[in-house]
Amino acid sequence: MEARSFVLRGVIAGAVAGLVAWVFALLFAEPQVEAAIAYEEGRGEAEEALATAAGAVPAGGAEEEVVSRGVQATIGLGVGMVAIGIALGLLVAVAYTLLHGRVALRPRVLALVVAGAGFLTIYATPFVEYPASPPAVGSDETIGDRTALYLVMVIGSLLFLAAAVAVARQVRGRIGTWNAVLVGGVVYVALSAVLMSVLPGLGELTINAVENGPRVSETPLPLRDAAGTIIYPGFDADVLYHFRVASFAAQALLWGVLGLVFGALVERRLAKGEVGERTPEASAA
Amino acid sequence: MTTAGAVARAKATAVPASETLPWLISAVLVGLALYYVVGIDQGAVSVFGDTTVLHELVHDARHFLGFPCH
Repeated sequence: MEARSFVLRGVIAGAVAGLVAWVFALLFAEPQVEAAIAYEEGRGEAEEALATAAGAVPAGGAEEEVVSRGVQATIGLGVGMVAIGIALGLLVAVAYTLLHGRVALRPRVLALVVAGAGFLTIYATPFVEYPASPPAVGSDETIGDRTALYLVMVIGSLLFLAAAVAVARQVRGRIGTWNAVLVGGVVYVALSAVLMSVLPGLGELTINAVENGPRVSETPLPLRDAAGTIIYPGFDADVLYHFRVASFAAQALLWGVLGLVFGALVERRLAKGEVGERTPEASAA
Repeated sequence: MTTAGAVARAKATAVPASETLPWLISAVLVGLALYYVVGIDQGAVSVFGDTTVLHELVHDARHFLGFPCH
């Protein structure tokens, strides 16, 4: 079985996983996104009223809508989920191909291990430091810093897992597989914790700290008038919580389906190959 | 020996890197390009110029997948 077979199966498994995650997102993400956008619009109006009352000239018309909310919330969401599923399917297929036959695991188990490692490093670990946020949570001015910091977490996690595996392999002969895996886990958690403590929280970025004082996050605080009275509330904590739980669950679903479908497809192909070798006519066809 | 598991294990032989390299490299490049387009482009940096059509199309997915967005 050659790399081509694995790569094609990675694409198929990724697309299936993306479709499943799309349906999940339609049900569980969109209500939170809508609530967040409603908050953002209401806050925008309150800020404008505040500025007008203070004597400022209103800052010209509303933002132009490039893609309608209806499209964003359905087709656009689906395009994004399926595309990311295919992207991750390709990367899982590559990692799987490099490990196939080199570790003592049945193919479908190895597929699930690879997908689990992807979930841990590419999503779950970065999420701990920089969790997924709905619209309105996140400042336009810090998008560059936030993107760079997020990618540092993703790449760092991948490197830390590689380091953890290397250490585990090193000590396995002396302390056995079980203990070696535990040591690897400790190495991964420790390295990740050090990186997280070194990287700044989003609220600590200079622009945010100047505006609101040092904070952990960019989650909007209540809007106050000159007298300090709250005229618009802070971001709804429950919306934020539900959005993040749903985001985490969607990624677990995406990677889980990807690993299961990919493993099943690979084993089916391998079983067919076995039959084909016993009957040369069949394999030539 | 006729179980699917036994068959799968028997066939689980290592793939030589030399023959597979073109497939693996293309898969990594396409995978990373898609990851970039869905997650990052037309946000902090943009290869498709100064429009936001792509960003706006995948906007909800970008937020939900945990990428930084406005």
